[in-house]
Amino acid sequence: MNELALAAFAAATGAHVVGERPGFGRFRRRFDAAAYEARLRALGVRFLARSDPAFPPLLRAIHDPPPGLFLRGETPVELLARPAVAIVGARACSSYGSGVARSLGRELAGGGLVVVSGLARGVDGEAHRGALDAGGSTVAVLGCGVDRDYPAAHAELARRIVTGGGLVVSEYAPGVEPAPWRFPARNRIIAGLAAATIVVEARERSGALITADLALDEGRDVFAVPGEITSALSAGANALLCLGATPLTSSADVLELFGLSAEPIGDGPDGDAGAILALLADGSASTDQLVRRSGLAPEVVAAALVELELAGLASTADGLARAMPR
Amino acid sequence: MLARAITHALVGLEPRRVEVEAHVHKGLPGFTIVGLADRACQEARERVRSGVAAAELSWPGVRITVNLAPAELKKEGSGFDLPIALAVLAASRQIPPESLESHAAVGELALDGRVRRVGGVLAVAEGATRCGIDKLLCAAESCAEAALAGIEPVPVRHLAEAVAYLRGERRPEPCERGNGRVAARAGPDLGDVRGQERARRALELAAAGAHNLLLAGPPGTGKTMLARRLPGILPPLADAEALEVTRIHSVAGLVSLQHPLIDQPPFRAPHHSASTAAIVGGGPGLRPGEASLAHHGVLLLDELAEFARPSLEALRQPLEDGEVAIARAAGRVVFPARFQLVATMNLCACGARGDPAAECSCSAQRLAAYRDKLSRALLDRFDLVITVPRPRAVELAAPRGEPSAVVRERVLGARGRLAAGGLRRTAEADELLTRAVDRLPLSGRGRARVARLARTAAALAGAEAVGAEHVAEALSYRSPAELRA
Repeated sequence: MNELALAAFAAATGAHVVGERPGFGRFRRRFDAAAYEARLRALGVRFLARSDPAFPPLLRAIHDPPPGLFLRGETPVELLARPAVAIVGARACSSYGSGVARSLGRELAGGGLVVVSGLARGVDGEAHRGALDAGGSTVAVLGCGVDRDYPAAHAELARRIVTGGGLVVSEYAPGVEPAPWRFPARNRIIAGLAAATIVVEARERSGALITADLALDEGRDVFAVPGEITSALSAGANALLCLGATPLTSSADVLELFGLSAEPIGDGPDGDAGAILALLADGSASTDQLVRRSGLAPEVVAAALVELELAGLASTADGLARAMPR
Repeated sequence: MLARAITHALVGLEPRRVEVEAHVHKGLPGFTIVGLADRACQEARERVRSGVAAAELSWPGVRITVNLAPAELKKEGSGFDLPIALAVLAASRQIPPESLESHAAVGELALDGRVRRVGGVLAVAEGATRCGIDKLLCAAESCAEAALAGIEPVPVRHLAEAVAYLRGERRPEPCERGNGRVAARAGPDLGDVRGQERARRALELAAAGAHNLLLAGPPGTGKTMLARRLPGILPPLADAEALEVTRIHSVAGLVSLQHPLIDQPPFRAPHHSASTAAIVGGGPGLRPGEASLAHHGVLLLDELAEFARPSLEALRQPLEDGEVAIARAAGRVVFPARFQLVATMNLCACGARGDPAAECSCSAQRLAAYRDKLSRALLDRFDLVITVPRPRAVELAAPRGEPSAVVRERVLGARGRLAAGGLRRTAEADELLTRAVDRLPLSGRGRARVARLARTAAALAGAEAVGAEHVAEALSYRSPAELRA
């Protein structure tokens, strides 16, 4: 169990270790693999070594794959080898970003893909939630030990991921604290697990762009969701588009890449809800604007928006309603 | 020689009978007040002595002891001046002692002998009526207030007037009973609000169902303006409610002279620097707080997130039980506090979130810290949560909105239908509610809240039953993800 010793060595020295280092020989001679594994079992954590045939081939193919992955959750490790797509973006995202991340997570997971992200606030969390909404599987890659709930606000989300047929994974041994320099390293695993990476919303110097760069380095597909050119929150995603990333305008763009087809688009809603959805095609609007444009009473518009929201066709945030991509 | 006057002390809002005993006996001249009198009450000595002199009566040049019984009850305030003066005068036989038996008295004395009004006269008058006393000597300004308790107030402007009345030399003046209901309503009108259809609808629902309302949104969008217009569309208070509200305001010294009866829902808007005691009541004098002053009315907390967290959490008990129980070593006081809570807040610390014309500069941590200021338990108590967007220029140029009087008529109709009961959910409405619980983050309490709000929506629409459209509308007011931590 060379890899396990390496991961334990990294945890013990507080360093990020991919290859052998001075001092590792001595550590390895004293390392009690059986006792360490017993401790992992007590924590309910599994270790998947790089040498294991079940190790995801896409991740093995990157130029600096981790020695192994620590896994939290009972889901079979074959999940990691299934076709996967990464959804990443800003933590302080706009309501547009969170709405798009949620609906992409929902539709891609519903289409049969595994949604990979980093469990961070903002876009990451919404992507996981979207996948769970669709009853799909999702994988969260952490920049700390899998026994840590980081960020603390997403402890409940992490629990739902592992009970919902997903996994929480990390290259770091249990007990390793989150540190700023570990997150870029974590991003290479997100990009490595996925055949395609989608950047939803990113500032100019965002961690999501690091993930996209890593994905490009490995020759994976990179999609970017176009944003408003006036918003600093879209600068990163729009810059990626200039560099040649594929613009993502609907989940079908991604599903096609995997040879999957989107669920057939049924007839849209009729009646008041249909009228409101048609108005939302012109862009986001507040309830008051919809009341004036549709000539309907405010209570009717409110009810129609809830109907659209339950059908996954619209979302409301910060007082603005917007249509969701299909 | 001994004489006795009767008055009432207040424990919270509860009047307790206090007998003011005066004993005049031989000894070194002196004046002592015993019976747990506080500072203001002890100072009565000086006011009473110069008041008696100003009324051209003689101050007994002997030893005077005044006892406020029961001795273990703490007496606070200056309302004991008048009964103390009368007891001393009766003990020195300047007025017939038996004349005090059928009268209660309350009032503060000025150094020139005039009688000043004090707070809590309504509660004192009620206490006196309960003891079977039918006349209350009080300041002329307090008469209208005392008359609300069904007692016969005897207005006295000066100590000399009280003495002349008790000696039977003077008939009491008829007092003004300004207790009719006020027809006109003061306060801002909903007609001033242009556009803001959704917020207006939310106000109407809140008024019809007495729901708590949270208005969120960027600064300058009219949240406070809207909130201040809620009292104007609420129905007037019933007689019993009006008396209850007046009693609380009387103890706080807040009733008007001409129209002491408060028959419109009160409106209180404490500043966000308010202490916990200022909001729920308490403090050394056990005074009612803003929550109790807003009883049967509206408590507006402007900039909710700026309030100290303990003050907000203290509101959870009154929001649940409709009363504040304050326990002190000396005892326990219960103030009624069944108010409707209306609050406003921004969506983030910098305030730009939700404003299409500005960009929020808050980091993820700062945003989370701002949202953490409000506990989930408190947010759960708001039946209606809406985001007020920045109005566009076209809306501000729009004609005036519906005036408050028209909306109030609809609210009154809905309240009647809600009180009649019998509004049940249809099968479609139940199905939608179940689907929503599966799909949206909705707790058990959230589900009950949506059901309650849907009932109000149905009552406003004059529907026979709660339909799916009412449940759908109610779902649109649940607290959005951006307010939840």
